[in-house]
Amino acid sequence: MSERTATIASRVGLHARPAAIFAEAAGDLDLEVTIAKAGEPADDAMDASSILSLMSLGASFGDVVVLRAEGAGADEALDKLVKILETDHDAE
Amino acid sequence: MQTFSGVGVAPGRVLGPVRQMPKPVQEPAPHAPGAADIPADVTVESQGRRIKDAAKAVQAELRARAIGASGEGKEVLEATALMAADPMLVKSAIRLLSPEAPGGARTAERAVWEAAATVAESLKALGGYMAERVADVLDVRARIVSELRGLPAPGIPASDVPFILAAEDLAPADTATLDPTKVIALITSSGGPQSHTAILARALGLPAIVAAPGVDGLDDGTEIYLDGAAGTITTEPGEDLRLAAKAWATQASTLAAFSGNNALADGFRVPLLANVGTGADAVKAADAGAEGVGLLRTEFCFLDRDDEPSVEEQIAAYGAVFAAFPGKKVVVRTLDAGADKPLPFLTNADEPNPALGVRGYRTDLTSPGVLERQLEAIAAAEAAHQAEVWVMAPMISTADEAARFASLCSAAGLRTPGVMVEVPSAALTASTVLREVSFASLGTNDLTQYAMAADRQLGPLASLNDPWQPAVLQLVKLTVDGAAAASTVLAGTAAAATKPVGVCGEAAADPALAVVLVGLGVATLSMSARALAAVSTVLATVTVEQARNLAVAALAAPSASAARQTVRAQLPILVELGL
Repeated sequence: MSERTATIASRVGLHARPAAIFAEAAGDLDLEVTIAKAGEPADDAMDASSILSLMSLGASFGDVVVLRAEGAGADEALDKLVKILETDHDAE
Repeated sequence: MQTFSGVGVAPGRVLGPVRQMPKPVQEPAPHAPGAADIPADVTVESQGRRIKDAAKAVQAELRARAIGASGEGKEVLEATALMAADPMLVKSAIRLLSPEAPGGARTAERAVWEAAATVAESLKALGGYMAERVADVLDVRARIVSELRGLPAPGIPASDVPFILAAEDLAPADTATLDPTKVIALITSSGGPQSHTAILARALGLPAIVAAPGVDGLDDGTEIYLDGAAGTITTEPGEDLRLAAKAWATQASTLAAFSGNNALADGFRVPLLANVGTGADAVKAADAGAEGVGLLRTEFCFLDRDDEPSVEEQIAAYGAVFAAFPGKKVVVRTLDAGADKPLPFLTNADEPNPALGVRGYRTDLTSPGVLERQLEAIAAAEAAHQAEVWVMAPMISTADEAARFASLCSAAGLRTPGVMVEVPSAALTASTVLREVSFASLGTNDLTQYAMAADRQLGPLASLNDPWQPAVLQLVKLTVDGAAAASTVLAGTAAAATKPVGVCGEAAADPALAVVLVGLGVATLSMSARALAAVSTVLATVTVEQARNLAVAALAAPSASAARQTVRAQLPILVELGL
């Protein structure tokens, strides 16, 4: 099991456009990636490719989240997803 | 030949085929326990596949539409497309197909319905921005269920040829996806003159008739003629009506120009201003000849946000409007949140009676500081530009509130404070309210709703919700008279200058009513930029004396329709131009 933490960089938090960009990237992978808020049990983690799950996660600007995935290429995939979370998409 | 009549809300005479807005999707019936209507060859697997296929089809359709869209509309469509085939939504719907699911197996339609309802509930419970996305989830649900049933997708129909859109009523979400190059007019069986349909039609310059019972039953493709000023719809139009539509098309193009210097027939000046929300609106309004801005709706800078925009963001947003009108008047309305414009960080969504709740200026009671920061931003933007900036507060009810607002403006360095007159109490006590501030602007939409105690959005109350109601015209007169009295009382003091009263509600865009308002003593009229040419053309045909006589006649009329008819009968130009 690979694991990464990321700090939400979008000023609006992880919803609207930033969530759409992230869910789409997670959905394009051949892996199942989960997301949870830091400190919450792994069992409560949600499907990272579900925009509806991301919205109900309610992660705000500056919150730390944990991404988890298993399988070949998991480390590279998670690194890519962390980069998306740590970019302020509204500033682009 | 068949005729329908309703309330004309935007003028124009056009001819074209009708397309009906699909009916709202009906809730799929829960599967009764023990019922045998799920055939044996229908398995959990086959139903699951149907759900996945339907979700993918809806997603593909929304993606295709997103490609053709731009700006904010494109983003909304892309996000909704992602929701349509959301793995969590699809999985929880498929779980409900199983006989082991709590409550037993569901049909595919019912499973999607319930799964989306659960998601919507949880988003609603989160409040704020998430709660606002509930509408998107329910829209996606309606689309998937329609797809499963083989029915047309809800929403505005796609068409290669221009058409007249018929509906029971349009929702704000429908209006966001309306393509003005395809839709040439709007007709609804419900809705009122201040409904979203009406406001959208005026903003887009589309002829429209609301509250016309029966039009939602017209067959797709039926050719109709409509007259948006008269409020009439005719099927199987004859040669005379075809010529009328053709003549309108020619006139509409000549009407499109406004000189930018509005005056009555005798040279009496009545500046025509524009209602705008953004810098882009302001540039368009300036191009259309607007002599300034009579209403800058600052909430556009606040909507769709979870938190208050910074002072810097606000300075940039207001500055973009001021830049379009150097040396001209720009009247800024401070934040008007609440009722139909809720803001998560300012207003409470649980009020039992939002129109009578903490809205407009009143949000300063519950969220102090937001208004002061906004005034600070307005003052800073004014300093950076050449526009002549006036500032007014919405929903002022008393002279005390007006005085407090004026002192806040003065503390921020803003020289010209004013009030919106939308609450009947402010109109009734205008002579004391206007002693505290420099001007007033009548917001006729809310003033009508409050004077008549009739919700703006309700079709059955359309005839009450009419700014031609003699009671509303009386309130306009009381405000103008009160402003004059306030100026007299203060004679000899520094504050003695004339206190002008403007109108910035939809009433100002009705050319016949504009004549009456001028006759009642209104100094400026502010409207959608599209209405400027028509209003100016009609005002140029009357003298101030004639306008005053028409105002007296309208005030004396026993009803809104009598007032309208009496005035229209004296303004032959309206019929000539199809206004």
